[in-house]
Amino acid sequence: MNGGSALAGAIRFRGLTLGYDRHPAVHHLDGTIAAGDLLAVVGPNGAGKSTLLKGIVGEIRPLDGTVEAGPRSGAIAYLPQAAEIDRSFPVSVLDLAAMGLWRPLGAWRSLARQRSRLIEALAAVGLTGFEDRPIGTLSGGQFQRALFARLILQDARIILLDEPFTGIDERTTADLLALIRGWHGEGRTVVAALHDLAQVRAHFPSTLVIARRPIAWGPTREVLTPPVLARALRLSEAWDEAAAICRHDAHHDAHHEVHPADGAAAAEPHEHGPSHGHDHGPAAHDHRGHEHRHDHHHDHARHGAVS
Amino acid sequence: MTLADLADLLVGPFVEFGFMRRALAGCLALSLSAPPLGVFLMLRRMSLMSEAMSHAILPGAAAGFLVAGLSLPAMTLGGLVAGLAVALAAGLVTRSTVLKEDASLAAFYLISLAGGVFLVSLRGSQVDLLHILFGTVLALDDDALTLLGGISSLTLVALALLYRPLVIECVDPLFLRTVSRAGGPVHSAFLALVVVNLVGGFQALGTLLAVGLMLLPAITARFWAADLSGLIPAAMLVSMLSSVAGLLVSYHAGIRLPTGPAIVLAAGALYLVSMLIGPRGGLIHRLVRRRHLEA
Repeated sequence: MNGGSALAGAIRFRGLTLGYDRHPAVHHLDGTIAAGDLLAVVGPNGAGKSTLLKGIVGEIRPLDGTVEAGPRSGAIAYLPQAAEIDRSFPVSVLDLAAMGLWRPLGAWRSLARQRSRLIEALAAVGLTGFEDRPIGTLSGGQFQRALFARLILQDARIILLDEPFTGIDERTTADLLALIRGWHGEGRTVVAALHDLAQVRAHFPSTLVIARRPIAWGPTREVLTPPVLARALRLSEAWDEAAAICRHDAHHDAHHEVHPADGAAAAEPHEHGPSHGHDHGPAAHDHRGHEHRHDHHHDHARHGAVS
Repeated sequence: MTLADLADLLVGPFVEFGFMRRALAGCLALSLSAPPLGVFLMLRRMSLMSEAMSHAILPGAAAGFLVAGLSLPAMTLGGLVAGLAVALAAGLVTRSTVLKEDASLAAFYLISLAGGVFLVSLRGSQVDLLHILFGTVLALDDDALTLLGGISSLTLVALALLYRPLVIECVDPLFLRTVSRAGGPVHSAFLALVVVNLVGGFQALGTLLAVGLMLLPAITARFWAADLSGLIPAAMLVSMLSSVAGLLVSYHAGIRLPTGPAIVLAAGALYLVSMLIGPRGGLIHRLVRRRHLEA
């Protein structure tokens, strides 16, 4: 892996507002997810975690602001929360995993020579021997494993996981978490929306707490504190009542300077965003991250100049 | 009954009469291209949608009929244009309004059906209307056969090219959207193939029954095969059997039996039989409780 491909793994938000039908679900998000970060996105139900991931992958278009993630959207692997996968469709586990090879193979190139790679990926998720089973016969955990095999084969620099362990038993969760740690070790950027705070504390070096707007963003042990979580809960509830109105949209250009109503809440991500990479990553982060950071800024400058 | 009698019964009509051979050739061409599309339609739960699209072809064919009478090119062109227009319009309505695709198609097809019958009645007789609605498989001329052969070849080639993205589109459209922009074009190309095949089927079976050889064999195949590599050939086979059986029955029947409906009825009979005895979820296999396995 050279520096260039690692940099492609950074995700940058500028005043990003995402929502549905003009109702914002993620409000004015600024900052950068550094390449190689292992970030948990935490927040109450309806806080905009899924919306943020959908915004990164390009599934929904920003209402305002921009998100820059890698050179192409194809460089992102995305595991949605409720996959709209038709599990009654008669394809085998091997076929499902093989979809991950779309980028190198496209519509016509032969799959035959890739079979060993597919078997390997299925073995990595513990589905050896399941190759020819129809996907409709898998249990929930087995199916999630199969989707992780597809993620492995996608070989993407950025991997987005939307509540990947909901309804998944402990053993499967542990296996899949090991895979995620492996991806982190390979320098891939992993962003996961999660609910289990203990899990986040144990496995994720950095955390973004959102409640329709960024509440706190930084090293997990500094961010996951009772006051922050209480504020997330309160803000997400308070925001529901005022959902129809956005006070900021009219003077959005000025939002970097002034935040009369919620300066305290939003200030944190503004400061943490660009700099949070410096002191996080207790164990898994090595010196590589520091080397990259220089190019990293150049890269953003380039981005700015081009776009 | 001797073997010779049997041969005479089954093969005789085709040896003896050119129009029977033409009908058979046309139906077999259709049997190769329409059923695979039907398999995808069924698996995507779009069976009723294809029904709607077949009705959408009627006003186009009727407009061609108004302009040029019972002329193959005019009616084919009209049907193609109308079918593609409705498919596109329904897609547009789905994307830009709250309606789901099935609802918008239902609206369009009701309008089309009423408009088509209205148009034909403006100039034609009851016979012409019946002709357009139920087809004339026993009167396929060279042009019609060429058209059916062309449509069949085009469909098979296009399906081979689109197969992988089409399957991914069916299983996990969101995934395809994240890795490629092929999803939209593939879906449109698939709908276009459906329209083209319905227009082809309309020469033989009429606009009302054109969808018969597309869907019934596909649904029947579901009782015999589990995956796509089995479903598609099984559906083709069922369609061919239905074609031959329908042609023979309508030929041998004492009374004048319309051939198009006979073919679709034959497919229907195969469906009912398969539903009873089919090894994949057929009724009898469900009723007989076999001893469960150890693991």
